[in-house]
Amino acid sequence: MLQLKKLTKTYKTGDQALKAIDLEVPKGQVLALIGPSGAGKSTMIRCINRLVEPTSGEALLDGVDLVKLGATGLRKTRREMGMIFQEYALVERLTVMENVLSGRLGFVGFWRSFLRRFPQSDVDEAFRLLDRVGLLHMADKRADELSGGQRQRVGICRALIQNPKLLLVDEPTASLDPKTSRQIMRLITELCRERGLAAIINIHDVALAQMFVPRVVGLRFGEIVFDGPPNGLTPGKLTEIYGEEDWEATIEAVDDNGNEIEAAQ
Amino acid sequence: MPVLDRDGTQVWRRRTGKESLGRWFGWLLGVAAFVYCWQIISDATTWFFVWDAPRIANDIWTRATPPKWEYITQLGRPIWDTLNIATLGTLIALFLAVPVAFLAARNTTPSALLIRPVALLIIVSTRSINSLIWALLLIAIIGPGVFAGVIAIAIRSIGFCAKLLYEAIEEIDHAQVEAITATGASRWQVMAYGIVPQILPAFAGIAVFRWDINIRESTVLGLVGAGGIGLQLSASLNVLAWPQVSLILIVILVAVIISEWVSAKVRGAII
Repeated sequence: MLQLKKLTKTYKTGDQALKAIDLEVPKGQVLALIGPSGAGKSTMIRCINRLVEPTSGEALLDGVDLVKLGATGLRKTRREMGMIFQEYALVERLTVMENVLSGRLGFVGFWRSFLRRFPQSDVDEAFRLLDRVGLLHMADKRADELSGGQRQRVGICRALIQNPKLLLVDEPTASLDPKTSRQIMRLITELCRERGLAAIINIHDVALAQMFVPRVVGLRFGEIVFDGPPNGLTPGKLTEIYGEEDWEATIEAVDDNGNEIEAAQ
Repeated sequence: MPVLDRDGTQVWRRRTGKESLGRWFGWLLGVAAFVYCWQIISDATTWFFVWDAPRIANDIWTRATPPKWEYITQLGRPIWDTLNIATLGTLIALFLAVPVAFLAARNTTPSALLIRPVALLIIVSTRSINSLIWALLLIAIIGPGVFAGVIAIAIRSIGFCAKLLYEAIEEIDHAQVEAITATGASRWQVMAYGIVPQILPAFAGIAVFRWDINIRESTVLGLVGAGGIGLQLSASLNVLAWPQVSLILIVILVAVIISEWVSAKVRGAII
């Protein structure tokens, strides 16, 4: 469904953030993108919905090359890709409901959205989603009154109300505590399964990635150095991705289904 | 290097010897310049008038008190005009300042090379000329009266409001804008959902702040014939009607205090 062909991003400073990435994500597959800071994880998912302009290469979503799209085509295609952010990126001064409905902006005209006259079907769907993530009672609260985990749930609703084919998830748990992190990861993967959604999840918590996703892609210096199932991540592979470190503890934690993380709370 | 090695112990000083010497020399220069300037000012001052000042001030004070209270019946209309000049001028200025601010902010300008300099020029040129001078110009162009005052206040305020607003726009959290963009929203929707909610508190703050300043500025516009209470002030000054002058000053003071109280309340409610 999503196909990256030789996707390259070179920043003006000359830094090569992505070096000819080839990747294929079939429909409904959730994959985790791991790698050290600065490996190009964020750049990669931002190149897919072109919040960052790729330098060269192709990114095909159902056969449509995203890189070549003009302004209107890009907006249309962005509607098919929901994005979830690290610091939630909710509009702080708007209510939860407005934030969720902002996911429909690509589908309604300017004045309707400006006057908050969204179609009833969108409003129904927003309530359904808020109920699904357990935040129905918060619909009228302002976004800045919510806790981190709650905000991320709103972020998830905003992405899902687009009814996307693909979720781009940028470090969804980096600002959350370990327990909430797991709940959010579980929620994202569950919702993807329910809706048959493909997702690319940037994450730097290897154990968490191994716990929830069937496929892990390791990025280092803008190149894919690992692509396989989570149990293929041996200490040797992790060293290749992140550099020298004692990896036994990390992998053990996963084998015990993360008991150590639980105990640490 | 502030760390010196003296007899094997590391001594730390805030500045090296050379640096502190330089600073002392700088202070010396400053004091010398001050004394020299004082000398020049002193030579250019007719000290007789200065020594005379307390007596004259006292004289004016006795003439001006008590204020001519019954004159207040003639001040209602002018102070109302003054308030209107300030309020309308501020509204027009805000209306024009918003687009200028969006064109001037680095993150929203359509063209940083072409349009941004033009917007910045508008900001600088309207800001750098005092509203009194704008009023003089406008009275020549559109004739004396309240309308000239309103336009003078409006023009003067555009730059001020636009500058503060574009700085607020440049400081917004980009992640929120990114998130709205990623939904496939159009340029205008990104503005309405991603940017406007973030700058709304700043906008409201700027609006009442400028309104507050404009009330003070519009009280003097009448001096040059642009309507408002300044007109009465200049008329009273011309005929040396000091009790009327003191009453006008009291009325202005009360108006300013009320406007400050209102703007403080409004700002407190928003932020």
